[in-house]
Amino acid sequence: MMPLSLPMQTVESTQVGEPWLNMTIFGLFVAVTLVIVLRASRNTKTAADYYAAGRSFSGPQNGTAIAGDYLSAASFLGIVGAIAINGYDGFLYSIGFLVAWLVALLLVAELLRNTGKFTMADVLSFRLRQRPVRIAAAITTLAVCFFYLLAQMAGAGGLVSLLLGINDRLGQSLVITVVGGLMILYVLIGGMKGTTWVQIIKAVMLIAGAFVMTIWVLAIHGFNLSTLLGAAMETAGNPEIINPGLQYGISSTSQLDFVSLALALVLGTAALPHVLMRFYTVPTAKEARRSVVWAIWLIGAFYLFTLVLGYGAGALIGADRITAAPGGVNAAAPLLAFELGGPILLGIISAVAFATILAVVAGLTITAAASFAHDIYANVIRKGNLDPDGEVKVARRTVVVIGILSIIGGIGAQGQNIAFLVALAFAVAASANLPTILYSLFWKRFNTQGAIWSMYGGLGSALLLIAFSPVVSGKETSMIQGADFALFPLNNPGIVSIPLAFFLGWLGSVLAKTTEDPQKQAEMEVRSLTGVGAEKATEH
Amino acid sequence: MATESSPPEAGTAAPVDFIAYQQNPQFKELRKRHRSFVFPMAVFFLLWYFLYVLLASYATDFMSTPVWGNINLGLILGLAQFVTTFAITMGYVTYANRKLDPIAADIRHELEVTAPEIFTEQPGAKK
Repeated sequence: MMPLSLPMQTVESTQVGEPWLNMTIFGLFVAVTLVIVLRASRNTKTAADYYAAGRSFSGPQNGTAIAGDYLSAASFLGIVGAIAINGYDGFLYSIGFLVAWLVALLLVAELLRNTGKFTMADVLSFRLRQRPVRIAAAITTLAVCFFYLLAQMAGAGGLVSLLLGINDRLGQSLVITVVGGLMILYVLIGGMKGTTWVQIIKAVMLIAGAFVMTIWVLAIHGFNLSTLLGAAMETAGNPEIINPGLQYGISSTSQLDFVSLALALVLGTAALPHVLMRFYTVPTAKEARRSVVWAIWLIGAFYLFTLVLGYGAGALIGADRITAAPGGVNAAAPLLAFELGGPILLGIISAVAFATILAVVAGLTITAAASFAHDIYANVIRKGNLDPDGEVKVARRTVVVIGILSIIGGIGAQGQNIAFLVALAFAVAASANLPTILYSLFWKRFNTQGAIWSMYGGLGSALLLIAFSPVVSGKETSMIQGADFALFPLNNPGIVSIPLAFFLGWLGSVLAKTTEDPQKQAEMEVRSLTGVGAEKATEH
Repeated sequence: MATESSPPEAGTAAPVDFIAYQQNPQFKELRKRHRSFVFPMAVFFLLWYFLYVLLASYATDFMSTPVWGNINLGLILGLAQFVTTFAITMGYVTYANRKLDPIAADIRHELEVTAPEIFTEQPGAKK
């Protein structure tokens, strides 16, 4: 095994023992969660049990699970690293990721909980023509899940090289396969209930770990934020690190790119299918609301921690040592853990980072499987003539297929920019899903043609603009080297594709010749606001 | 275990006259209360967020103004985004608990009494 070079720079004697410590702590996490998943799976019988955990979770539990689902490795390692190196511009991500939850809280969560059953397509096809809308919604769901999955799996590979000292491609591929295999096992056995428990445990570990490190960093700097910033400026040798513009202020294109990214972040969250599906695991709309409130507090607190951790890594380790470490920018948080608490804290933080990837991947897989089994197979191919047991059987098989696909994709995507893939998933979600979600909840005249135009237009334009962006070709950091067909100057397509999708939804609706059933529109509105039929009957 | 209760598959014919319910003054009041809170609030936080994004992107000198020690205006406005997000969240919860939930529960109760066969699960049907 290759020696782990990152702690080697600081403590020579721990270079070999540490990967084993990391693996032991991670193995412990896997063992504990596996027992919990097995226990949870005992009561999983119906489709509602499998997809929605029997709607048995409370608001606080679900809120914690949402935080576990949302705070991916990109948020933790990515943002800490971005702040450590680019200073203030890294902080801008956190703000977009957090403020976005207000869209979910105010406009989407409760109404969605009241009108849907298992998937996003349930809501979107409620009052429109079933087949075309369901197919479109399932396609956009699968597209978003796929990009998000790729990002997480590629992230797993990168993390391994950093934390376990496995630097060769074969070893990394092996670890991706192990992570994928574990995830298949969790989702197959535990369904949504098992997945939710994995996310809850992971969220608690992640937030607690970040909290301890935050207090530690602040204690070193006399609990004074100004002192910490001063130390970061001193280590960086650049006072600009506390000011905006270090990363995005280079040119007018990068400035516009940042606005585009900000738009995708704030509008993408409430349209991420795996986040939306979590709202079905609670019994009532009121619990859905409590879930979001808990999620906002936990996620907000976590991003405040990352601000301290990012500048802490900048001050105590410095950008030069971070970029030189294997894993580059993503190494900031683990390096900081090592600097503070030695090999034990590094081991814990490494296990947390692995758990993070595992939990997010499990959530994405069950969402994609539910969308295929419930929307495409049961409702479109079998036209609803399938009993729930048969549907769950299909969902379980889909889990295996998606798991294998994501392992292959993850191996193929090794070395790709993780943050780009995640931002891409947000942009695709905001373009393809959000306009249709908002229109069908709030606009009476919205119809099938508008939904189809908006979803395919949003998805297509987002994908097309990405294909012709500098991310894919024309730069040293691009996916395809030695070619330049980057006709679109921005990395993120949001600023074009999101307004376009809203426009197409409006245009398609006003140009449509057929009208929708006003009864269904009225039913959706009454159900969405009152929760009638979606909740346990009130005690009389 | 929680009772399994979820809306029926979309597409089933509704024997309840929902259009009439949509015109019900109590329901109209609920919808008005909901929209009169969430729409202005959504406009406000999106404008405030994009004002911040544009300042951070195009007015870097202004955002770099030192306020206290090494803490500058950009950091304070960024933290203010956290504060407003938490404040709007708490404000909405208070509003929804007081102004939305009671009236929604009334209507739900009324509908359940009118058409129990649609809105309440048959025992044993899904178990």
